[in-house]
Amino acid sequence: MKLLPHQLLWDQRIFWRNRESAVFVFLFPILLFLLLSTVYGGDFRGRPSTDYLTVALIAYGVANTAFGGLAIILVIRRELGLLKRVLSTPLPAAAYLISVVSSLLLVFAAQAILILVLGTALYDADLPSDWQSLALGYGLAAFCFAGMGVGAASLIRSAEGASAVVNVIVLPMTFLSGGFGPTQDFPEFLNAVADVLPLTYLIDIVTGVVYEDQGIWDQPQAVAVLAAWGIAGVLVGVWRFDWQPRER
Amino acid sequence: MTAISVRGLRKSYDGVEAVRGIDFDVAAGEVFGLLGPNGAGKTTTVEILEGYRKRDAGEVSVLGFDPERRELPFRSRIGVVLQSSELWPTLTVTETVRMFAGYYPKPRPVAEVVELVGLEEKADARVKTLSGGQKRRLDLALALVGNPDLVFMDEPTTGFDPQARRAAWEMVRGLRELGKTILLTTHYLDEAQQLADRLAVIRDGSIVTIGTPAELLHSQQTEIRYRENGELVVQRTDTPTRVLNELTALALGEGRELEALEVRRGSLEDVYLDLLHEEGDT
Repeated sequence: MKLLPHQLLWDQRIFWRNRESAVFVFLFPILLFLLLSTVYGGDFRGRPSTDYLTVALIAYGVANTAFGGLAIILVIRRELGLLKRVLSTPLPAAAYLISVVSSLLLVFAAQAILILVLGTALYDADLPSDWQSLALGYGLAAFCFAGMGVGAASLIRSAEGASAVVNVIVLPMTFLSGGFGPTQDFPEFLNAVADVLPLTYLIDIVTGVVYEDQGIWDQPQAVAVLAAWGIAGVLVGVWRFDWQPRER
Repeated sequence: MTAISVRGLRKSYDGVEAVRGIDFDVAAGEVFGLLGPNGAGKTTTVEILEGYRKRDAGEVSVLGFDPERRELPFRSRIGVVLQSSELWPTLTVTETVRMFAGYYPKPRPVAEVVELVGLEEKADARVKTLSGGQKRRLDLALALVGNPDLVFMDEPTTGFDPQARRAAWEMVRGLRELGKTILLTTHYLDEAQQLADRLAVIRDGSIVTIGTPAELLHSQQTEIRYRENGELVVQRTDTPTRVLNELTALALGEGRELEALEVRRGSLEDVYLDLLHEEGDT
């Protein structure tokens, strides 16, 4: 397992050198946070909107990075034959996958810290004292979305389609689940759709911490749904994940 | 010493047999060529030996390992050059080799490997700026950096211009001098002839012949051609002296000339084309 830090270092280098991944995976949620915080000056549910947007855009960040970024990276590497190439070396396949996932989680961690810092510095976000529950919630969501990312990578056939598929999932999901702003005024049927999306439950957990002084364990149902999505993703991966390019 | 031993290897995809029971051995230090047209079963065979695919039947031993189990010591002793040579575009040549060097227990020095494949002038260039031929050379560097005993090369020069092919051939000869065992697949006859100590011609998933290029040539019959009443007559024989003697004696006796008489030994290309068309046309 001493190969893991070696690979993680290289995965970090590859990530930051690639302009597309650095912009779309790392920077995009931060830019959206700045934009939405600037546009929504007023209050959400009796508190400054920035309190909500800070935790919500970090939630979007974890979906965008751990799910979207991971799925795209895995599909592209698979279709270019890079996974196949690594498979013939002594680097254990598990170490490689763990490194790719950990690398993206590091990216997410940097992103979350930056959003917190910008939220506090620029918009006076009032952070909840129960930061452990927040961190646990995002950590659980990171597992959930990384699992779904592996599952999605297993189902997406071509590299060209990967980012389209991912964005068609992530952006509407974030919108419906309240990642870009509260949804209490949405029509009933949209909220019904949101009720099956994992991000809805992460938003429930983090807004529960901010607005109701709840801990993560006060929302066992949300924890269960996130875990279930993560496990479902991993199972799809176990079933269908491919190291070799898909032959037509 | 035997590096690779294959007995009764079979593999099907969706009920279609891609490899239909093949046998061959590759000695340590030998360059062995699998020659055949596209779709003959070369890549399937090589990917089974590399550990990428599971066989349906047969016995396979590579460096004493069963490749299907993909054990760590097995993977640290082989080098693989794939057909596609896409790499991480934003890393430099040296960085790419360094990343791979880290995977192996006893890697060769990175700079030495970069030099070995002739990329020292491109050492700090990003992979995305390399030409196709340079990428293939970097690919070869990745296969060599672990200091493997056995190198697999799947169609190493497909798509190369003639000059790049010559350079690649020189590199393969260099590897052979380092004592590496090399298994290469190709659909170019001249490549097999130039590089392989021994070669197997594979067609429709079966080996149709196996031997040194000289042996294959030797197996070729002599062809005698002449014209009789305006029509071309072709005879193939293992005993050209006797047949010629009979033919010429007959013609002399009748006082006529054997028009356009030609006696020729087939080239390796004739052998190859014959092998591919025998049975294949029926």
